[in-house]
Amino acid sequence: MALLRPLFASDWPTRLDIRAVSSRPTPKSEDIQQQIIRETFHLVSKRDENVCNFLEGGLLIGGSDNKLIYRHYATLYFVFCVDSSESELGILDLIQVFVETLDKCFENVCELDLIFHVDKVHNILAEMVMGGMVLETNMNEIVTQIDAQNKLEKSEAGLAGAPARAVSAVKNMNLPEIPRNINIGDISIKVPNLPSFK
Amino acid sequence: MALKMVKGSIDRMFDKNLQDLVRGIRNHKEDEAKYISQCIDEIKQELKQDNIAVKANAVCKLTYLQMLGYDISWAAFNIIEVMSASKFTFKRIGYLAASQCFHEGTDVIMLTTNQIRKDLSSPNQYDTGVALTGLSCFVTPDLARDLANDIMTLMSHTKPYIRKKAVLIMYKVFLKYPESLRPAFPRLKEKLEDPDPGVQSAAVNVICELARRNPKNYLSLAPLFFKLMTSSTNNWVLIKIIKLFGALTPLEPRLGKKLIEPLTNLIHRILIEDSDQNLKYLGLLAMSKILKTHPKSVQSHKDLILQCLDDKDESIRLRALDLLYGMVSKKNLMEIVKKLMIHVDKAEGTTYRDELLTKIIDICSQSNYQYITNFEWYISILVELTRLEGTRHGHLIAAQMLDVAIRVKAIRKFAVSQMAMLLDNAHLIASNTQRNGICEVLYAAAWICGEFSEHLEEPNQTLEAMLRPKVTTLPGHIQAVYVQNMVKLYASILQQKEQAGEKESSQEITQLMIDRLPQFVQSADLEVQERASCILQLIKYIQKLQAKEVPVAEEVIALFAGELNPVAPKAQKKVPVPEGLDLDAWINEPPSDSESEDEKPKTIFHDEEQRHSRPRQPEMDEEELARRREARKQEQANNPFYIKSSPSPQKRYQDTPGVEHIPVVQIDLSVPLKVPGMPMSDQYVKLEEERRHKQKLEKDKKKKKQKKEKKGKHHRHNSLHTESDEDIAPAQHVDIITEEMPENALPSDEDDKDPNDPYKALDIDLDKPLADSEKLPVQKHRNTENLKSPDTEVPLVEKKSKKPKKKEKKHKEREREKEKKKDKERKVDEEEKKVILRHVLREDLESVQNGTLDDEPLPTYDIQGNLQNDSQVTVSVIFENKSTSFVKSMELNVLDSLNTKMIRPEGSSVHDGIPVPFQLPPGISNEAQFVFTLQSIVMAQKLKGTLSFIVKNDEGSTHEKLDFKLHFSCASYLITTPCYSDAFAKLLESGDLHMNSIKVDGISISFQHLLAKICFHHHFSVVERVDSCASMYSRSIQGHHVCLLVKKGENSVSVDGKCNEPTLLSNLLDEMKETLSMC
Repeated sequence: MALLRPLFASDWPTRLDIRAVSSRPTPKSEDIQQQIIRETFHLVSKRDENVCNFLEGGLLIGGSDNKLIYRHYATLYFVFCVDSSESELGILDLIQVFVETLDKCFENVCELDLIFHVDKVHNILAEMVMGGMVLETNMNEIVTQIDAQNKLEKSEAGLAGAPARAVSAVKNMNLPEIPRNINIGDISIKVPNLPSFK
Repeated sequence: MALKMVKGSIDRMFDKNLQDLVRGIRNHKEDEAKYISQCIDEIKQELKQDNIAVKANAVCKLTYLQMLGYDISWAAFNIIEVMSASKFTFKRIGYLAASQCFHEGTDVIMLTTNQIRKDLSSPNQYDTGVALTGLSCFVTPDLARDLANDIMTLMSHTKPYIRKKAVLIMYKVFLKYPESLRPAFPRLKEKLEDPDPGVQSAAVNVICELARRNPKNYLSLAPLFFKLMTSSTNNWVLIKIIKLFGALTPLEPRLGKKLIEPLTNLIHRILIEDSDQNLKYLGLLAMSKILKTHPKSVQSHKDLILQCLDDKDESIRLRALDLLYGMVSKKNLMEIVKKLMIHVDKAEGTTYRDELLTKIIDICSQSNYQYITNFEWYISILVELTRLEGTRHGHLIAAQMLDVAIRVKAIRKFAVSQMAMLLDNAHLIASNTQRNGICEVLYAAAWICGEFSEHLEEPNQTLEAMLRPKVTTLPGHIQAVYVQNMVKLYASILQQKEQAGEKESSQEITQLMIDRLPQFVQSADLEVQERASCILQLIKYIQKLQAKEVPVAEEVIALFAGELNPVAPKAQKKVPVPEGLDLDAWINEPPSDSESEDEKPKTIFHDEEQRHSRPRQPEMDEEELARRREARKQEQANNPFYIKSSPSPQKRYQDTPGVEHIPVVQIDLSVPLKVPGMPMSDQYVKLEEERRHKQKLEKDKKKKKQKKEKKGKHHRHNSLHTESDEDIAPAQHVDIITEEMPENALPSDEDDKDPNDPYKALDIDLDKPLADSEKLPVQKHRNTENLKSPDTEVPLVEKKSKKPKKKEKKHKEREREKEKKKDKERKVDEEEKKVILRHVLREDLESVQNGTLDDEPLPTYDIQGNLQNDSQVTVSVIFENKSTSFVKSMELNVLDSLNTKMIRPEGSSVHDGIPVPFQLPPGISNEAQFVFTLQSIVMAQKLKGTLSFIVKNDEGSTHEKLDFKLHFSCASYLITTPCYSDAFAKLLESGDLHMNSIKVDGISISFQHLLAKICFHHHFSVVERVDSCASMYSRSIQGHHVCLLVKKGENSVSVDGKCNEPTLLSNLLDEMKETLSMC
């Protein structure tokens, strides 16, 4: 079973703002989860730009069979924890698919999108990874399913949903920070002979 | 009503939603905890409201707080409430929260079973999807057992979106409920060939996960995977399959044997030398895998790997280290460790340094110190390692020192001298005891110096070192060892002095002990205190005796007599339980509950008669007792584990010969043992090289003597590097004392298996046919006592065996006629048949196609509704060649009807046959599939067809033909679909269904059996059963609903059907009538 545990970390001007998108390998108490996220961020963030994208976290992440695979986009780290049944390059590609999917679903994703809409990020992730196993790697398929679910949600809200949406649009107008785009184009990870997983 | 809703939502929109919460937390950076606790209070209020939207919003916020590290398990029940909301929007929020915070220990999880089942069968695919996703995160053994059958049904859902999720979650179900693996496996295997790539990929994923743990059970799938590998264009699938082959190769060496060598070179060239760090890492990873099976091919890249130790990237350094572990040999161990030691000195950051340290120890100690040729060198390395500051692994070094000193007898003298030095320099090592793990080595040093004190050069000096006040700052457990071992040391000093007749100095040493020991008596550590005060008293007593000039040394030394032998860690476990001994049997009669209550206590003591009346108290006479006693003694004498009451000769004194049985080989020392000062391990490398060189020369000399005539050819001096491992004799002819095992220990290889391994339960033979008892538990409705699960295989087997016979007979006749016509004299072999079209009833959707109703001996086959396409069916035919000839160029042709047409390749006419894509050697069978399109499915269809083929044997080849008929029954267009009674009731109420009914008389079989037949032959599922009345449901591939009400009278059965297509219904009922009339 691939033990997939993607998480984000971003260094926000005033403090480290670490949000786990998903950390559910085993029933672990929240404290241990937080410790794992913190230490993972610590490990990942001190690494240079031009080193490999794999990290062996040892006991922290449950032994030598597991490793951390991460990608760094602007202020965000996407870290997956996987066991030896997953291909390293495959997971790197999965992260890329994830980020591109986020970009499509949020229409030019920025860091704040992910911070304010953790639930949506989760729903997107749930279409890609299920119970720690890779479910779907085709971005178009994922986006189709997400769109269909959003449509369903809208139709359920119906008339009653309109005022709520209006209010939340107003609330979102005075966001204190200016959204920054994650530039997903500027990564230079060589994935040899592996055309994108589509 | 609408107004109220709008009003409610206007109130709600000023509630805090998730975005507000996130914003709030970000705006309260100073008092975040306080703000969040406020929010939690608000959430608690919101959860108390009846409005499900408010509750869902609250749960959504809680989910976020959980991710920040707040415990939300108190809201588990509210989460379930939100999960059971009817709207998808809320349901999704509920399931997300559940997947984040539910785990096996969550007690309310059992309440979710029915909710999840309802969601799984929801008509909305996203309800089902969200339930599957959630379940995958918190499935428990109970949930897995209760829902396995529902999930298995979903594996054949019409929507690929559901199918792929259902297939993937099966792995989680298998893990939690291993019994489900065998019943579900055939269908899982089927999904490997699913038309949807997502489903296929999920199936490959699950099987690869299963196979990774227990590859041998999946070897039979290798050809199938090979086919997938060559046909699949999905990289994910390819990677998984290659990984799977990786697991299978060790079991089937032919699979990859030839590829190894070129692959290694490829990895070397492309990956490690590549500048890209990711590839470098992967290259090293791949190397370590190759190393396990083909160490030679990796060893040649040693230098390259050592280079990687200098890499700036820690991940790569660690990988390289891992590789070195497997690459060492007797020849290169010293060299590699030397390089590693250099890295230890250079290393920054304790983590990497600690990693290096453990690796050095691992490398040296692997397989019982197999690669160490010079133990002095190893001890020196260990001593050098003690100079590391801030390491956490002091205990590792200590354990190694102890292990080597105990097990390598020849090294003890050297080890003791080194340890004495360590004790002397203890102040350097223990400078910072609180943070410093290295002081653990003093534990080993003290013990070794004490235990093997006879080897000490200057025992007095060592004893004084141990008695220094600074020692009291060491951790308690080390001090305790100090105290204990200084007595051993004291004892041996005492003995020496006494033997030498130096009374003065022996009293001095006693005085020294008495002076210094009190500092330990005051220790806060109980162990130290207890030992110290005990020993202080002992020594005071010795002092008294010494004052009386009584020789005491012998007696003091006797306190520590006997040698410690290493015992294998699992020694006790390996002793078999003697025959006839039942460890679970009661030694005494078990107290019986009923008696003890009734009996008065005094009767136990007084009522003799009652005692005698008990049957389990056999009387024994003196003779019998004596005999038994004797037998027991005999047994004890033979039992190595029985501690005898008389003092064993082995334990008495050190110089008694009791330790002789330990297999220690006497050593032949060619290296001087006295090494003054702190040894530098490097000197050993040089020494070792010289020694080996010398050995080599001697060997060469011998050779030269033997082959005098070939002398001239031996000009080339053999360099050390071409020397093979076996040629190197260890410097000390050291044999390590093997760990002791009891005599009757059994060799077992089960040691390594972890009994708690969750994957062990999945080690199940999958090729064995399913037994009747192996089916998934099916959710039973009221009163359906033992209704057969629809997916029994029994009827399938029955039919398989019956049907072909009919066919065979007919076929044989045809064969004979043919033979006559040709006027050949050849005798017709009764067994000889050319090709038999055997129908294979492939199981699909819980039941199989019924092709037995027709009176004609039509060739049967399996028709499967195509789940993706509502106007296509797939016909699978198995061709079996029962003749002794070779059959080739088979071509299947069917006369199309207006409604039903075989799909032919583009450009071919309707009269062309479809070539069967294989040839059949004698005795071989293979399956081919043909796709048909249909316009209407309301009527049964019969199609005539011909199979033409060429039979080739020694006498030449003949062209032959075989006619058959394909019968598409209406039932074959139905797909078993589960339906729940509420949905069923709604369907009946809707009013747009047509009604029809039949009645069949003369039914004798039980109602239950009858229902099973309908389920099986006509692809229905039971919705509800009450007494002798049942409602059933099925769906056609074009989406027609078919509802049945089956009632059983005395001798008759009536079936009322409702369906939105009247013709289909009447045809279905006709088919059913035929089935039933055969009962």
